[in-house]
Amino acid sequence: MHRNPNRPMSPHLTVWKWGPHMLVSILHRITGGALSFAGVAALIWWLMAIDSGEEAYETFTGWATHWTGIVVGLGLTWAFFQHTLSGLRHLALDIGAGYELSRNKFWSIATLVGSLVLTIALWAFILRGLWL
Amino acid sequence: MTTEINAAAHAGATPGETSPSKAVGRTTGSTKHGAGHWWQERLSSLALVVLFVWFIVSMLRLPDYTHATMVEWLSDPTAAVPMLLLIATTFWHIKMGLQVIVEDYVHDAGNKLFTLALINFLVALGAAFALFAVLKIALGGGAA
Repeated sequence: MHRNPNRPMSPHLTVWKWGPHMLVSILHRITGGALSFAGVAALIWWLMAIDSGEEAYETFTGWATHWTGIVVGLGLTWAFFQHTLSGLRHLALDIGAGYELSRNKFWSIATLVGSLVLTIALWAFILRGLWL
Repeated sequence: MTTEINAAAHAGATPGETSPSKAVGRTTGSTKHGAGHWWQERLSSLALVVLFVWFIVSMLRLPDYTHATMVEWLSDPTAAVPMLLLIATTFWHIKMGLQVIVEDYVHDAGNKLFTLALINFLVALGAAFALFAVLKIALGGGAA
C-alpha cells in the first residue's frame, strides 16, 4: 500500500472505546477461520476414518477421547456456537434491527453468554456418563 | 480503496476524465456480482443452522459411537442425504467467508489472486474427500 504520510489518517481501530460489539465482530471472523481449518480437518478425518474401517476409526476415537482431543473438541464446540449465534445476530442486523446502542450491546453480550452456556450444556450431556 | 484515486491525482489526471467511482469499480469493488455473493452467504448460513441442528440431534440420539453404528447410521438415506447437503453447504459457506476475509486484509493484487485461488482449490479438495467418504459408506463400499 502506498500512502502519502502528509495526508491525515482516517480514524481506525485504535481510536474507538472497546465494546462487546467489537469483540463479537472480530470473534466472528476468528471462529469462522478456525472452524474452516480445524473444524473441517476433524470432519474429514472422522468421515475418512469411518470409511477406512474399524482400525482407522479406533485411532480417531482414541484421539477424540484423549484429553488433547477433548480440549480441541471443546474449543471447536465453543467456536461453532459463537460463530452460529453471532451469525444469527448478523442476520438480524442485516434486516436493519438491533442498532440502538443498548440493544446492540445486549445482543453482543448475549452471543458471548449463549455460546458458553451451549458449550457447557452440550459437553455436560456428552460427558454425563463419565462421572455418574 | 483510495489508492487508485490518490495515484491518479498524483499522476496529474484531470478530474472528470474518469469518475472516481468508475475508477475504483474497475479495479477493486463489486462488479455486479457482489449482491449475489452476499445473498448466498446469508442463505447458506440459514441452511447450515437447520443442517447442524439436525446433525447434533442425530449424534446425540445414537445409542453408541462404535464403527458399526456409524456405518449403519450413514448407510441410511435419511442420514446420508442431509450429511451430503451439510458438507456441500459448509464448504460453500467456507469458500465465501474466507474470500471476504482475504478481500479485507490482503491488498496486493497478486497475493490476493494467489490466496483466493489457493482457498478455492483447498475447499474443492476438502469437499470432494468428505463427499466421497459419505457416498462410499452410504452406498455400501466402506470396509467392514
